[in-house]
Amino acid sequence: MVKLPEWRGKDVFRSYGLPLPKGRVVRSPKEAAAAVGPGGVPLPCVIKAQVLAGGRGKGGAVRFASTPNEVKEAATGILGLEFKGERVRELLVEEKLALNQELYVSLTLDRSLRMPVLIASPRGGVEIEAVEDHEILRLPVHPFAGLTSYEKRAVSKALHLTGPRGKSLDLVLDRLWEIFQKEDAELVEINPLAVVGDHVIALDAKVIIEDDAAFRHPQYAEVRDDRTPLEEIAREKEIAFVQLDGNIGVIANGAGLTMATLDVLQQFGGRPGVFLDLGGTDDPKKVTEAFLLMARAKPAAVFLNIFGGVTRCDTVATGLVEAMKQVPANERFPLVARIRGNNEAEGIAILQSAGVTSLRDLRESVQAAVAAASAPSAALAGGSP
Amino acid sequence: MSVLVDAETRVLVQGITGHQGTVHTRQMRLFGTNVVAGTTPGKGGQTVEEVPVFDSVAEAVERTHANASVIFVPAPYAKDALLEAVDGGIRLSVVVTEHIPFHDMLTMYHYARAHGARIIGPNCPGIASPGKAKVGIIPNVVFHPGRVGVISRSGTLTYEIVNGIKEHGLGQSTCIGLGGDPVVGTSFVDALPLFEKDPETDLLVLVGEIGGTAEEDAAEHLKHHFTKPVVAYVAGRSAPPGKRMGHAGAIITRGKGTAESKLQALQGAGATVATFPYEIPDLVAKALKEHGRR
Repeated sequence: MVKLPEWRGKDVFRSYGLPLPKGRVVRSPKEAAAAVGPGGVPLPCVIKAQVLAGGRGKGGAVRFASTPNEVKEAATGILGLEFKGERVRELLVEEKLALNQELYVSLTLDRSLRMPVLIASPRGGVEIEAVEDHEILRLPVHPFAGLTSYEKRAVSKALHLTGPRGKSLDLVLDRLWEIFQKEDAELVEINPLAVVGDHVIALDAKVIIEDDAAFRHPQYAEVRDDRTPLEEIAREKEIAFVQLDGNIGVIANGAGLTMATLDVLQQFGGRPGVFLDLGGTDDPKKVTEAFLLMARAKPAAVFLNIFGGVTRCDTVATGLVEAMKQVPANERFPLVARIRGNNEAEGIAILQSAGVTSLRDLRESVQAAVAAASAPSAALAGGSP
Repeated sequence: MSVLVDAETRVLVQGITGHQGTVHTRQMRLFGTNVVAGTTPGKGGQTVEEVPVFDSVAEAVERTHANASVIFVPAPYAKDALLEAVDGGIRLSVVVTEHIPFHDMLTMYHYARAHGARIIGPNCPGIASPGKAKVGIIPNVVFHPGRVGVISRSGTLTYEIVNGIKEHGLGQSTCIGLGGDPVVGTSFVDALPLFEKDPETDLLVLVGEIGGTAEEDAAEHLKHHFTKPVVAYVAGRSAPPGKRMGHAGAIITRGKGTAESKLQALQGAGATVATFPYEIPDLVAKALKEHGRR
């Protein structure tokens, strides 16, 4: 999921011809003050923190200013903030428009219908979850037909826009649909879409690009959520990496099996820490890569739960034992491995002779992992006790 | 016949010359599947695992009368492969490929639908009826012929559960892994009527995951249109609140999507709910007994 910051989203909007307020991205109070006034962003203006979390207005991350000095002051205040865990590094300085009304429009996917759905409401500027159902229009859009004129008329009606305002909305909806399809978006959202005189204007922009479509959108490659070095390695190796606050590392293959493993672990009093999902593969190379990545996260114990089937268990076990030798002696941890599939017995024998607890039953394996995590003096994987 | 595939199914492997295509062609044949053809553009004339390779689906269908396909083509080309299958007259395609952009899948789904073709997947392990045919990648070792149907959104968790059923001395009629992507060709709701009318299925195991509303939709269907006993499990009850598609996504789901919501809905529809995967075989055996089917 590539979430674009507001200013990047607005760059996309601009390139498709959507109406926007005049604005400029700045990275220091000095730049902020220089961005306003004649030839630049008109005053009065609004200064907005470029963070991905919502609720900026209430959280003090949006301020107003009427003079270059006030702009500088506001910028100084916001740039120092840490907003919901995100450090503010960029600001968007934008003209403050005299609005008549705030509306909401977005396009996203309805999984059940297997159709894009256009969502519109005359109640913009607030969180859309807070708006009541009868004030929200949900319009499935067939991907082959696109957004039709009669559908756009339904949106205008729901938003109570007529005449030139309705025309202005038509353009916005057409462009929004184009962006949604051409940019492979999961979500394009304008909240609020402001009515200013005869026009509607996008005051905010939320654009989320689908990760799986990254191969045809290299332009978004540099927009990344902040990742730790371990997360970055996991991403390169196509291993799903999630950090929870417990101390037991979990390696499993496939999202469903990973979640089921966590469910059972928690049931028996274990606290999952880092968990790695290899995807549906039992490729021995990937199992060992995940193991070595896990070793760097310094878990108290690791539970590895792999359901193979194609690769033989003894091949996976041999790879794992080899990988264990690469972990420095002082960084070793207890390992409980459950590898199911072909040649199970041979796999278990290989692991047990290398000092790894290896069981077939899920409950027993989980209990062993929980016990190992709470007894740090237990036999360490790969090393003699 | 069983659900969707049987001994008469003639399978075409799209992307047969790739590593996955070759490995699983071998596995499908070992399962007893009638694999009649493979395609890889530019590699027509070769053979892989004794299966003739063609340049196009049209040629493969003309020469071998293939009537189902399994797609191992990389994500950027998967859409094209599926459209080619549909245009070639294939009416059942299992898409194993993962990471297909959902916008591509929207096109694939609606195109197939308009032509009366069915997609299973993407990002799925496929379908298997033990003793008859397998179209996909579920390990052969987990199966034993029997009368329990399985539908699931997961991959390896499905293997785990199907294997548990076998180790309990029971067997499966048909097992379908639907895939866990945002847009799937066949959903629970689409698959349920197939099991309802399958005379070889006595009971259905439904395996769900948190996220989306597929399980809630399934529960609604079970309530009104399904008469066979159902044992259900939903993975992810301990998962922390995960990613979602912004606020707009929340509007569509409106409080659904959590493990509790799904379990409640399934229970309300009369399904027996397993808290953990290892409870499933016992619950299945018990339900079969209660229904006088064992």
